[in-house]
Amino acid sequence: MSQTYLFKRTEGLQDAPTSFCPGCGHGILLRLVAELVWELGLRGRTVGVAPVGCAVTAYDYWNFDVTEAAHGRAPAVATGIKRVHPDRLVFTYQGDGDLAAIGTAEIVHAANRGENLTTVFVNNAVYGMTRGQMAPTTMLGQKTTTTAAGRDPRQHGYPLRVCEMLAGLDGVVYLERLALSDPASVRRIKAAIRKGFECQLSGQGFSLIEVLSPCPVNWNLSPVDSLTYVREVMSPVFPPGVIKDRTCQKPAPGV
Amino acid sequence: MSGNEVAGEAAVAAGCRFYAGYPITPQNQLTEYMSRRVPEVGGVFIQAESELAAINMVFGAAAAGARAMTSSSSPGISLKQEGISYLAGCELPAVIVNMNRAGPGLGDVTPSQADYFQSTRGGGHGDYRTITLGPQNLQELYDLTYLAFELADRYRNPALILGDGILAQVMEPVRLKPLRRVRPAPAWALTGCGDGPPRKILSLFLKPGVAEAHNWRLAAKYRRIEVREQRWDEFQVEDAKLVVAAFGSSARIARASVQAAREEGLAVGLFRPVSLWPFPYQPLRRLAEGRRRFLVVEMNLGQMVEDVRLAVENRGPVSFYGRPGGGVPTPEEILKVIRKTYRGAER
Ligand SMILES: Cc1ncc(C[n+]2csc(CCOP(=O)(O)OP(=O)(O)O)c2C)c(N)n1
Repeated sequence: MSQTYLFKRTEGLQDAPTSFCPGCGHGILLRLVAELVWELGLRGRTVGVAPVGCAVTAYDYWNFDVTEAAHGRAPAVATGIKRVHPDRLVFTYQGDGDLAAIGTAEIVHAANRGENLTTVFVNNAVYGMTRGQMAPTTMLGQKTTTTAAGRDPRQHGYPLRVCEMLAGLDGVVYLERLALSDPASVRRIKAAIRKGFECQLSGQGFSLIEVLSPCPVNWNLSPVDSLTYVREVMSPVFPPGVIKDRTCQKPAPGV
Repeated sequence: MSGNEVAGEAAVAAGCRFYAGYPITPQNQLTEYMSRRVPEVGGVFIQAESELAAINMVFGAAAAGARAMTSSSSPGISLKQEGISYLAGCELPAVIVNMNRAGPGLGDVTPSQADYFQSTRGGGHGDYRTITLGPQNLQELYDLTYLAFELADRYRNPALILGDGILAQVMEPVRLKPLRRVRPAPAWALTGCGDGPPRKILSLFLKPGVAEAHNWRLAAKYRRIEVREQRWDEFQVEDAKLVVAAFGSSARIARASVQAAREEGLAVGLFRPVSLWPFPYQPLRRLAEGRRRFLVVEMNLGQMVEDVRLAVENRGPVSFYGRPGGGVPTPEEILKVIRKTYRGAER
């Protein structure tokens, strides 16, 4: 009897249980990256950079070369790798504490140099791994373990919009923000990451895909309510859409 | 060539094809030299946005299998410590040149040896060691920088060159080696895993006992390095009643003082550690067994003197003369201290 698979683990992933909390966006996003690496036929020619944060254990899951990076430094590490191997697919996968707080300088300057890299930026509005402290991306009024009364802009400033900040840099080719809030959005996110990878493979330069991603445990919400939160609370502050697109259709010469 | 250029040229000769740095005096000419020289031989030069970024670019290049280097001076080296700790934890080879200036804080751009502890004790967080070489002149700066790449590769460990503002700025003729053929990326490097199993470069081990086992493995490696890689230089120590111990520029100055003391008929010698980690404990212990007195001279408040005391283990008196904050002793100044200490030795 023949079998038809509707869904199975991509060969871009190793056979390992993940350590993510129920309803966390990381599991989906790490899988999308792995599926793309496999589908593009690049498993043997990819180096991923997973910095400190909930995503650091990606090295246990991804079935291709991976290095860890110190907190915030992934864009610098990826720069080193990519400059040594310009013909490999090199990407960073970073949280919002990592990218938008401690690693602000590294992401801005990698983007500004127009490094031919792709960044998957997972914005879950908190520091997940250290259990839910305020991130630069935390919503105004959002309660976290370091803003018990809710984020107050007079004390803590405002949610940092990374894509808008990077959009003005000439080295940046493609920026898109998407909300991970329902099954259909998963496909759109995958298409955007694919576009980022293809932008790199055709040598066009720096791209970043920001995903608004649920963190039910640290938001004190159920997984389902977290998806609503992404849609109704985060999305108005971080409007999804293509923020910048200077990609050209024809692949540029010399990957 | 100036010392800065010599260090850069040695790296290129050793097959270094990746350099990332950030300007700081007194090593700016090294970064400038590399900006011209590395692309000339087909390598990558990046002026980074900070020392943090520079060391992490080196981390990436090393992980990708390239011979990679960064350089800085003390305040910048402080910033690199996080990255050096990760290099050590992930067992990645890289070379870091520190043209030591005075501290703490911004200090002064004048020569100093105040980063001895930072260089030889790991410097960043965690239980690790970095191979540290302390050249005294430009030929040695060249040879030891070249050697640092070999040692870093051999042990998959970061290696440091601890120079100073004198070494960085002086000009001396140097015998150059032919450019070494660039070695291919080692098997462990991340080049894309092809059809093979994926490779991972990590220092995070969350499963029980794995981090401890990793540290024990590192400890065994450090032990191997301690046994095999002690380097030092001796000058007229055999009959010496007083042995001056100094490294780098201090040793070069102290040698003139030792010679002058010999001309006065004093039985004085010089012991010069060349590898600062591993520190040459064994040869120094051997000297201490001959009932000698020791005088340690450093451009700091007394750091290597602790290693000398560990080696001598109370077999003889150890005294110290130092100048902190960018003060450079003259040969006459050290000679005076030698005369005074020597009288103690005769008693
Ligand atoms: C230098 C340094 N500072 C702090 C930490 C502790 N730390 C680990 S993960 C993390 C925050 C991660 O948050 P984020 O980047 O948003 O990723 P998430 O876990 O939410 O996916 C922090 C502060 C660290 N590992 N290193």
